[in-house]
Amino acid sequence: MRKIICLITMSAILLLGANIAMAKSDMVEIKGSDTLINVVQKLAETYMSGHPGSRISVTGGGSGTGIAALINKRCDIANSSRGIKSKEVEDANTQGVNPKRVVVAIDGLSIITNAKNPIDRLTVDEIGKIYRGDVKNWKDLGGSDTPINLYGRQSNSGTYDFMKEVVMKGEYSPNMKSMNGNAQIVEAVKQDLGGIGYVGVGYVKDAAGITVMQVASDPTLGYFSPLNPMDVKSGKYPITRPLNQYLNGDPKGAVKDFLVFELSKEGQDIVESEGFFAIPHEYHKYNNSTLGRTGEPEAKDTKYSVEGRDGA
Amino acid sequence: MAKHSNLKEKFIHGLFLFNGLLVVIVLAGIFVLLVSKSAPAFKEIPLWGFLFKSTWNPTATFVSPTYGMGSMLVSTFMVSIGALAIAVPLGIGTAAYLSDIASPRVREIAKPVIEILAGIPSVVIGFLGIVLVGPVISKIFRLSSGLNALNGSILLAVMALPTIISLTEDALKSVPLSFKEASLALGATHWQTIVKVKIPAAASGIVAACMLGMGRAIGETMTVLMATGCSIAMPKGFLSSVQTITSTIAIELGEVPYNTTHYYALFAIGLVLFIITFIVNMISDIVLHKYQKVVK
Repeated sequence: MRKIICLITMSAILLLGANIAMAKSDMVEIKGSDTLINVVQKLAETYMSGHPGSRISVTGGGSGTGIAALINKRCDIANSSRGIKSKEVEDANTQGVNPKRVVVAIDGLSIITNAKNPIDRLTVDEIGKIYRGDVKNWKDLGGSDTPINLYGRQSNSGTYDFMKEVVMKGEYSPNMKSMNGNAQIVEAVKQDLGGIGYVGVGYVKDAAGITVMQVASDPTLGYFSPLNPMDVKSGKYPITRPLNQYLNGDPKGAVKDFLVFELSKEGQDIVESEGFFAIPHEYHKYNNSTLGRTGEPEAKDTKYSVEGRDGA
Repeated sequence: MAKHSNLKEKFIHGLFLFNGLLVVIVLAGIFVLLVSKSAPAFKEIPLWGFLFKSTWNPTATFVSPTYGMGSMLVSTFMVSIGALAIAVPLGIGTAAYLSDIASPRVREIAKPVIEILAGIPSVVIGFLGIVLVGPVISKIFRLSSGLNALNGSILLAVMALPTIISLTEDALKSVPLSFKEASLALGATHWQTIVKVKIPAAASGIVAACMLGMGRAIGETMTVLMATGCSIAMPKGFLSSVQTITSTIAIELGEVPYNTTHYYALFAIGLVLFIITFIVNMISDIVLHKYQKVVK
């Protein structure tokens, strides 16, 4: 009797082991940016329904978490709303990981306030002052006498970094409340008359109770809304950024298949239906070189990419 | 045959000894790990500033990074002491009701329900903090946002209640029946008997219960991460957003580059947390022994 039980247990363990090994071989693990999670999940679902047997898991945790997972070989693709930092590239190289970048969507980082707040436009400079804590009341910006409540992301977020490095060019006020994700910021600002938050444009498309700020880099050149696809694609909306995926080395197998699908017409239509914007021609050229599809040179980044600073 | 069973005896003896030692080894291992990983932090951060300044900004790039956990220490104590202030009176009251007043029928229903409360995952409680407790607080106090220390305290009180109730009830039950009988025979009312005889007699158990509740509150992560607003500035009161030690570790350890000052500093705040919970547990142990002697 004992022997039988022993046998059953052993074979169960063996089967389980085999199962895990098999799962590992054809399963694509994607991890990282909270801004990208919904759209990549949608892409993965559509891809899986068209490719029976393929398995893709998409989890969040923030861009920093995703890139850390890629470096430690705990995921196949890292979603990131910021560029990889030179320190991270170094770390990756020492671990034998060679990070390659693909741009999957364009985001107009949206600044949101409560719908009852009369202010509907801000300059990049004013946004910086607000988040650095230099301006503490809406009346200083021509609004009502209401204290400003800052909502932001936690430091593992790529959006947190992008905001700090590119928009604010300074450190966050210690009074900022750090939220878990984009959706939580939208919820908080909805309830807070003096609240302001920053989220990916995919999270404001259908949201009620908030105002999406029109933003100007220079007020004489006019204010633009991230909800207008033309203004984001043309780069007139000043805080536009590419949303990236990083992978280890040249993509192959299921990872490559999935990337090709994401960048196809169908994939980019899903990106737009989720509220983000399809990538322009120059990024397609860039991606093709990463995917090894043509020999074209890497495209130059837009001036708002964090890559320049990080030297990636 | 005798020899065989002797061997078996020895084997089992060894096994239990090993199990007992394992706990000690794991504890010592955690302590050594924390100390060795946090020691390099103090080469670059002065200890005084680390503990008492509230300037935590390790990812600063425009100014040099600063490490000061003062506001986190205050936040952690505020949230957990607030939780105790809510949970202790409620918990002792409930336990006294269950052990002395409730009919067996009520007790049969109430006890399992309280135990179920203990099994609710912390992330669910945190969610309630965001969608239920937060809006209620912001309405009552006319605040713009209900994510603050008070919210965290209320949620942690809910989480500590089952521990406090069941341990206090056990302590009250272990008070000899003769105490109660004597008190009633002397003409004391039911209320007087509970407050002046039973609760003092069970004080050691009750203090231990509260300390365990506090231990849970200090170490709880997910709930406070979700419900307290996570703002690193020094809190101005229970209605400001706070960021506790556990929240900071949970947020930052996932993506910190290994073997940097930031990495070591996170271990250092973990060490501080470890020492705090160690002290709390030791106090409860000392109190427990002291009162046990008195009762005997």
